[in-house]
Amino acid sequence: MDENHGPVISVKGLKKIFFIGFFRRRVEALRGVDLEVKQNEILGFLGPNGAGKTTTIKILLGLIFPSAGEAAMLGKPVGNVQVKKKVGFLPEHPYFYDYLKGAEFLDFYARIHGINKAERKKRTDELLEKVGLSDAAGLALRKYSKGMLQRIGMAQALLGDPDLVILDEPMSGLDPVGRRDMREIIYGLKEEGKTVFFSSHILPDVEQICDRVCVIHKGKVRDTGKLTDILRPEVEKIDLQFTGLEGEALRQMEKLSEVHPDFRVTVKGEMALVVAPNWDAAESAKNLASQKGARLVSLQPKRETLESYFLREIDDE
Amino acid sequence: MNNAALMKIWAIAFNTFRENIRDKILYNLLVFAVIMIGLSIVLGELTIAEQRRITVDAGLTSISVFGILMAVFLGISLVSKEIERKTIYTLIAKPAPRSFFIIGRFLGLMITIGVNVAIMAVAFFGVLIYLPGDGPTLTWPVFQAILLIYLELAIITSVAMAFSTFSTPTLSAIFTLCFVIIGRLTEGILQFSVKSDNPFFRHGAEVLYAVVPNLTNYVQIEYALYNVSLPLGLLAKIVLTGLLTISVFLAVAMIVFQRRDFV
Repeated sequence: MDENHGPVISVKGLKKIFFIGFFRRRVEALRGVDLEVKQNEILGFLGPNGAGKTTTIKILLGLIFPSAGEAAMLGKPVGNVQVKKKVGFLPEHPYFYDYLKGAEFLDFYARIHGINKAERKKRTDELLEKVGLSDAAGLALRKYSKGMLQRIGMAQALLGDPDLVILDEPMSGLDPVGRRDMREIIYGLKEEGKTVFFSSHILPDVEQICDRVCVIHKGKVRDTGKLTDILRPEVEKIDLQFTGLEGEALRQMEKLSEVHPDFRVTVKGEMALVVAPNWDAAESAKNLASQKGARLVSLQPKRETLESYFLREIDDE
Repeated sequence: MNNAALMKIWAIAFNTFRENIRDKILYNLLVFAVIMIGLSIVLGELTIAEQRRITVDAGLTSISVFGILMAVFLGISLVSKEIERKTIYTLIAKPAPRSFFIIGRFLGLMITIGVNVAIMAVAFFGVLIYLPGDGPTLTWPVFQAILLIYLELAIITSVAMAFSTFSTPTLSAIFTLCFVIIGRLTEGILQFSVKSDNPFFRHGAEVLYAVVPNLTNYVQIEYALYNVSLPLGLLAKIVLTGLLTISVFLAVAMIVFQRRDFV
């Protein structure tokens, strides 16, 4: 990679206006997006449906043209064929030529990358191995499951050994095992020195793997930074779990809500789940349970999650 | 154009060909066409002295008509299907100019149509060999007629592609079929208009003749019927005009495709 360029992705004042339908209704999809993705970071691009995530990604990949503003990747304006050589892309839904077999599919895109015959075979086999589809190489894509399509899609994104990988909703529609595999692949890309820019609305995954996040809403960037910078640092609540909390002891525990607002007790089988709004309330619950001979099974302080951030910042509007 | 560019265009062309040959609809059309060519023998039987000529006429016309159906319906779907199925996203994101897509798709379809025309031609030659009596057989004028039919199909494919870069598949099909009908009739309309007193009709026919390529140039079945070769100069002129027409429509397709958003 050219060491001279600064950010891997640089977007300034990006606007996109669509004119939709017979009466050319004006829809402002992006209203001045500013964004930078640094080298070798995993940046999560977050926002609710219709926020402008896919529109931004499509501009970066040259699928649509901006109405105003600038966008550059690897130091060159978007759309540049040389830059595209070093960028891998996995679209939101794996729309591929379903009449092709797995190996044919990768071979086709390898040709588009300009990879020579000997290298093509090697690269295709390596990538099929990497995404765990070696056994499905001879199977037509129409017979692939959603997870397999996502993996073969990832393999085509990596064909050109890209410096930057752009993934549009890579976890969408995957089962827990598929999501774990995808997370591992993304981690692996970072370890190989690549930069990953991905959009998602599956927030727990984002929390686990991103170095930074960029939150977009209604076509404008709302926040960019590390999760620790964006999310409130203070503990929002403490979850406690007790066994042996019954009868009078349970009633006394429930009464703590009179002293501590938002204090909640729920009983599930033999387990009593207590949500304490602060450390004082958690301490009171712990002491009471100890006095009544109940046993504390777990105590988990909860800080703000991306989900609660979204509900606080975006759902209110 | 360097080797890498050729490899990319060939990849798209071959993929288009592979897509078409794995599509069962094409086989249905081809089987029907071969049956029609076979039935041209029956048509010939209905005449007394001109059996071979009638069969040649019906056979070449079948190749032309079924070729046109293939060119229109495959041509309009070349671009629209990629957009509709969103397979275009991954392709445009790859390191190849958008124009490669148009050229590759066009070449791929021309290979497909070429193979189909070749199969229909083999069936037609089989009929000619089977038929007794004098008249045209596997001669240059028959080959010449088939080559010009193929050139006309290439023009129609380029027109269908140009329309499909900015229009829906249904509208593209209608526009392309209108183009074929007008292209086949424009010379006749001009000849009619000369005798007309209505200046609006006369000028209209002149404009139509000037704007829409005259597709009757590529229908040289009569030369085949009478086993006469076209003068070489005329043949070269027809072929060059055809290639120029294809280039113009492909250029239009590329310009539109270059600027459009894939939402």
